[in-house]
Amino acid sequence: MGLAGFEVEIQRDGAGGLATEDMTLSMGPQHPSTHGVLRFVVRADGEVMKEALPDIGYLHRSIEKIAEKVGWHGFMPYTDRVDYVAAMPCNQGWAMAAERLAGIEVPKRGEYCRVVASEFSRIHSHLLSVGSMAMDIGASTPFTHAIREREYINDLLEEVCGARLTFNYMRIGGVAWDLPPAWREKALAYVDRFEPLIDELDDLLSFNKIYVERLANVAPVTAEEAIDWNLVGPNLRGSGVQFDVRKDLPYSAYPDFDFEVPIGTGERGTVGDCYDRYIVRVREMRESCKIIRQALRNLPAGPVLAKVPRNFKPPAGDAYVRLESARGDMGWYVVSDGTSFPYRCKIRTGSFAAISLIPKMSRNLMIADLIAVIASLDLVAPEIDR
Amino acid sequence: MAALDAAAVHARLAGRFAGAVGALAGTRPDNACATIAPAALVEVARFCKTDPDLRFDCLSNLSGVDWPKREVIQVVYHLWSYPHRHGFVLKADAPRDNPVLPSLAAVWAHAEWQEREVFDLLGVRFEGHPDLRRILMPEDWPGHPLRKDFVEPEEYHGISTSRESLLKA
Repeated sequence: MGLAGFEVEIQRDGAGGLATEDMTLSMGPQHPSTHGVLRFVVRADGEVMKEALPDIGYLHRSIEKIAEKVGWHGFMPYTDRVDYVAAMPCNQGWAMAAERLAGIEVPKRGEYCRVVASEFSRIHSHLLSVGSMAMDIGASTPFTHAIREREYINDLLEEVCGARLTFNYMRIGGVAWDLPPAWREKALAYVDRFEPLIDELDDLLSFNKIYVERLANVAPVTAEEAIDWNLVGPNLRGSGVQFDVRKDLPYSAYPDFDFEVPIGTGERGTVGDCYDRYIVRVREMRESCKIIRQALRNLPAGPVLAKVPRNFKPPAGDAYVRLESARGDMGWYVVSDGTSFPYRCKIRTGSFAAISLIPKMSRNLMIADLIAVIASLDLVAPEIDR
Repeated sequence: MAALDAAAVHARLAGRFAGAVGALAGTRPDNACATIAPAALVEVARFCKTDPDLRFDCLSNLSGVDWPKREVIQVVYHLWSYPHRHGFVLKADAPRDNPVLPSLAAVWAHAEWQEREVFDLLGVRFEGHPDLRRILMPEDWPGHPLRKDFVEPEEYHGISTSRESLLKA
């Protein structure tokens, strides 16, 4: 990989036989563009990187071990911390894994509440991703616009579950509370207000020449590479692979809704470059708006939570649940030994796969482009380290 | 481009690698699995990836489970095929007293980091892995935290790993 159009030639010896040597830079763990606490050791020749090696684990909290200690219901608040930028899908992954083991059916209204919450979570995660990506590239205004909207969504979700980031909204068997009175109208009104703002974001940022030039053709990932490294979600679709768990392995109430799955087409450069990964996220926000509208307009009546015993003991066995979180296909491998404590829980996240590709992607890139690559992969450090 | 069900995938594997592929287990499509003899693991994995009927081009997940009662650490491979949209699970047992398995990093690139994680947290050594180092825990951390008999050390470089409960009267 590298900059298309010209290959950077690395000169081993300076003119006149002067010896040169590579520079090793430690980037992070507190670098502002690394989206959480993670570090890269960059070996560079001037501005050109020979390699960038990720050093992770700063946010490792042993969440998988905690699962073995706190019981099935008790683990729900911890799932929020797996990916605190978009916590709803993490709640849902854990609930779905337990439900699959025990064969619990979630009431229809509960599924709709989950979909609405998860799609709002996706929008507010993508807003942060897109906004901070703009800021990393050097455009600071779109960030404030994106964060303003994220705050409105946080307000809405706070009304639903009482928290703005770590929601703890879902339960094994459904959701903890029904949507509050008049929330439906409020949320629909918000979606109507929000959707035109995506056009504004496009005008301000997506089609801005400087921004496009910074992203187009930078670090393209082919579809084969993306699959081999198990990239998921917008990163996979940016490489032109048409796959969305919501469509291809349908779960929850998603089969009831009509929506598109945008993929990268290389419209400004090469398929799978930073721009494709970016624009897929922007378009996904529109699709989420569609889903939220359909779900709220056709909200079925009934309970939101199935009857699940307090001392929940799913039968012994294992389950592997995949769902589409904001960062894509998230895998929950859960093993039960028939007791009231999970025997093993493994959370396979999109950011973990994405960051493992960085040594390969960063070769012969400029250091400034590493920032674009990190932002375009939408790395979220807690999700990498768990 | 037709998706195979778990029984068909298993029949194809068992037909090709008789003796190395265990019985079909599991109750649903997401956990239908077969236990593979470690010696044949790389070959089976390569076949899974390249066989035109299987085409498991994606290693969706790789994890490990400690089973002290059976005295094994089980490594679980969740395979997924994008062309056929089907999945299957391979399992391999490593003896608990000397947990060694062949690395699949040469088959699926994603295995490289996932195997590092299993090495770090469960202590399974993957032979042939290009860079088997700890990934999440500090390099000098004693033991492997996801083992069932792991006891958390009281301190790490003079920093206590516990604190008094704030809820005490």
